[in-house]
Amino acid sequence: MCLGIPGELVEFVQEHEDLAVVDVSGVRRRVNVGLLADEGLRPGDWVLVHVGFALSKISEREAQAVFDYLQGLGQPYADELDALRGSDIG
Amino acid sequence: MIREQQVLDRIERMRRRKPVVREERITLAHGAGGKATQTLIEAVFLEAFRNPMLAPLDDGALVRLGDGPVAFTTDSYVVSPLFFPGGDIGDLAVNGTVNDLAMCGARPVHLSAGFILEEGFPVADLRRITASMAAAAAEAQVTIVTGDTKVVQRGKADGCYVTTAGVGVVEQPVTLSASGARPGDAVIVSGPIGAHGAAIMLARDDFGIEAAITSDTAPLHAIVADLIKALPRHVRTLRDATRGGVATVLNEVARASEVAVVLQEDQVPVHPEVTGVCELLGLDPLYVACEGRFVAVVDGEHAGEALDTLRAHPLGAEAAIVGTVAADPPGLVLLRTAFGGTRVVDVLVGDPLPRIC
Amino acid sequence: MRFVDEYRDAGRARALAGRIAESCRPGRRYTFMEVCGGHTHTIYKHGLEDHLPSEVNLVHGPGCPVCVIPMGRVDDAIHIARRPDVIMTSFGDMMRVPGGSGSFLDAKAAGADIRMVYSPLDALKIARANPDRRVVFMAIGFETTAPSTAMTVLRAAAEDLGNFSVFCNHVMIIPAIKAILDSPDLRLDGFIGPGHVSAVIGCRPYEFIARDYRKPLVVAGFEPLDILTSVHMLLGQLAEGRCEVENQYTRVVPWDGNRIALSAMGQVMRLRPHFEWRGLGFIAHSALAMADDYAAFDAERVFDLPGLRVADPKSCQCGEVLKGVLKPWECKVFGTACTPETPIGTCMVSSEGACAAYYNFGRFSREQISAAAREPREASRP
Repeated sequence: MCLGIPGELVEFVQEHEDLAVVDVSGVRRRVNVGLLADEGLRPGDWVLVHVGFALSKISEREAQAVFDYLQGLGQPYADELDALRGSDIG
Repeated sequence: MIREQQVLDRIERMRRRKPVVREERITLAHGAGGKATQTLIEAVFLEAFRNPMLAPLDDGALVRLGDGPVAFTTDSYVVSPLFFPGGDIGDLAVNGTVNDLAMCGARPVHLSAGFILEEGFPVADLRRITASMAAAAAEAQVTIVTGDTKVVQRGKADGCYVTTAGVGVVEQPVTLSASGARPGDAVIVSGPIGAHGAAIMLARDDFGIEAAITSDTAPLHAIVADLIKALPRHVRTLRDATRGGVATVLNEVARASEVAVVLQEDQVPVHPEVTGVCELLGLDPLYVACEGRFVAVVDGEHAGEALDTLRAHPLGAEAAIVGTVAADPPGLVLLRTAFGGTRVVDVLVGDPLPRIC
Repeated sequence: MRFVDEYRDAGRARALAGRIAESCRPGRRYTFMEVCGGHTHTIYKHGLEDHLPSEVNLVHGPGCPVCVIPMGRVDDAIHIARRPDVIMTSFGDMMRVPGGSGSFLDAKAAGADIRMVYSPLDALKIARANPDRRVVFMAIGFETTAPSTAMTVLRAAAEDLGNFSVFCNHVMIIPAIKAILDSPDLRLDGFIGPGHVSAVIGCRPYEFIARDYRKPLVVAGFEPLDILTSVHMLLGQLAEGRCEVENQYTRVVPWDGNRIALSAMGQVMRLRPHFEWRGLGFIAHSALAMADDYAAFDAERVFDLPGLRVADPKSCQCGEVLKGVLKPWECKVFGTACTPETPIGTCMVSSEGACAAYYNFGRFSREQISAAAREPREASRP
């Protein structure tokens, strides 16, 4: 449920403290950031957008966590990844 | 697994049954180009008008008049808003008609233009529309030789509708049909997809989304003529990917030719902004309309040549081979996803609706 | 796209698929439920099951807001929408959902003013622009979407906007999971937890699942690599005999959720004593209504509603599908009487409904499709 799309916060809208412009792949929309008032958002931050609201601030550090987890799977994973990349069928 | 296959076979039989219109009223889905449109056309129009020239339901018909075959087509334009980034209803109407003729392998020659105008419509807007029609006609080297005007009461139409007919001559004998695809053929799209539909969605401003997307509306007769000239015996099918997008067109081809079409997701050209709009609204670019892109099915042996020919034309600079034709399972479009999986790309029921879930 | 493309990498997927296959004990069958319809959509859209060994079986859960909305509520909404003074606003998802007598699309064709919006804030904009009309927002969704509705109502209250109201159908995921866990005919080995709901409610509310029901749960992101990783994490828990709530989606989901979102929901909405879920029946404390302080914005109090309960069609087995007891194709009417054109059950309506996803994307045997997709790969290279 609940389509959520990552977007980059570009700027805050002057007249509304809760509104900011978010960029998704070159596409811009005004988004309400009231749910993230605690987060100290700044332009350049990435947020998850759902129905016109920023629902969560995306953590750059944690975004690596999945890849760290995969690396942690050990040599067989790394070997297979290399083999697949080398064979150009990826 | 045997039981599952039995169920699937039963469904496939159901799908091939004669279509029936169940609704008591026309809904927007009937005009969206998907299953509901197909059903309406087959169960109401084809049922009433059935004849061998109409039956293939191609973009236009080849009729015999005098010496040689003449391509003949008609179309109506009801776009809202009338003016949008990259074009307006005027050049859309001319290009759309030209393209339908081009898809029959014909050189477009003459067009008609009928206008249904709403009481109160600004004459200045009408002049703007006719000016852009004239410019588009000049570019496509066609003449608008006849026309018609009707005015309806305020509220009975949305500003301005345009209907057209077009005739073209077939100079190079080719056999083009949605039923012409064969296993081993290659599927080519002439450029990045979905820009027209995305531009219109943004121009309506229902969703508060802004992006630098302009409609791809363009006349395709010249690039198609190049392709046919280069490969007169190896082009099987040409379709412009309008309503319902590339996915719908390919489903028509798969069904008519009794073949499978296998697409490679990572080969399908889509501009990043169109991807962005689609991600935000939960849409699939394969179903978003184009007005200046076409799908060509060509002999697989000559796919590289076809691609080079298309890329040599400015409208085909970003053309790409996006898939191939296989024998099984017939009637289906499959997508090999960038993630390495496979899924079915079916015909939509109605308009692709933006979703939040 | 950043935070998207890197999680759709086929090479990583294949390498991970190898590790997943290794983690399965031969002969053992693993059944995991992805609770959330968004996950179902991702699984089908990316053909994710092609990366899973035959030992791993994914069943699709009830986390699809439009799939669980009972027909009577759709009828009530259409009843409101038919009033000439009303503009009904709704997400696109709702438009095709059948009530007892037609859908929003049918009502629109018959003259009702029903408009699609991207955000509840857009409904508010329509209310401001049409002061002589009454604008109603058809609120659907789980805890992901409810805070947006709550924030919109708070805004409407601050502006004292008298012509705006909400027809509140927000539902909550935990009671639904509990209903599934209590269902006698279900055998699950673990859950793939809903990522975006968890961005709001956090991970703690799931702890009872691990503690009391001894089922592992991994809160998962929505990209295909997220889901594959979560499957690997679940298999890891089972292999090690652990039974915990883990968070795979740490880039988005804080362990404690979103405090502001929860408090906005708490302020504007209250728990309903019970609510009917399509296919699952009445579930206690499973949905939200507008709080008394915001009665002026509550369409249920602003308008007279028929409020009739409409029984699900007898032939429809959406309930069994939602609970994961039946695969979509095992339903008696699947694909014949019930198709995306003529949906009988809600699972066939939403593109994230299990039946529609299976019908549209997965209807054909995997062997057949994989064979067709493999052979022409080389020919497609320019």
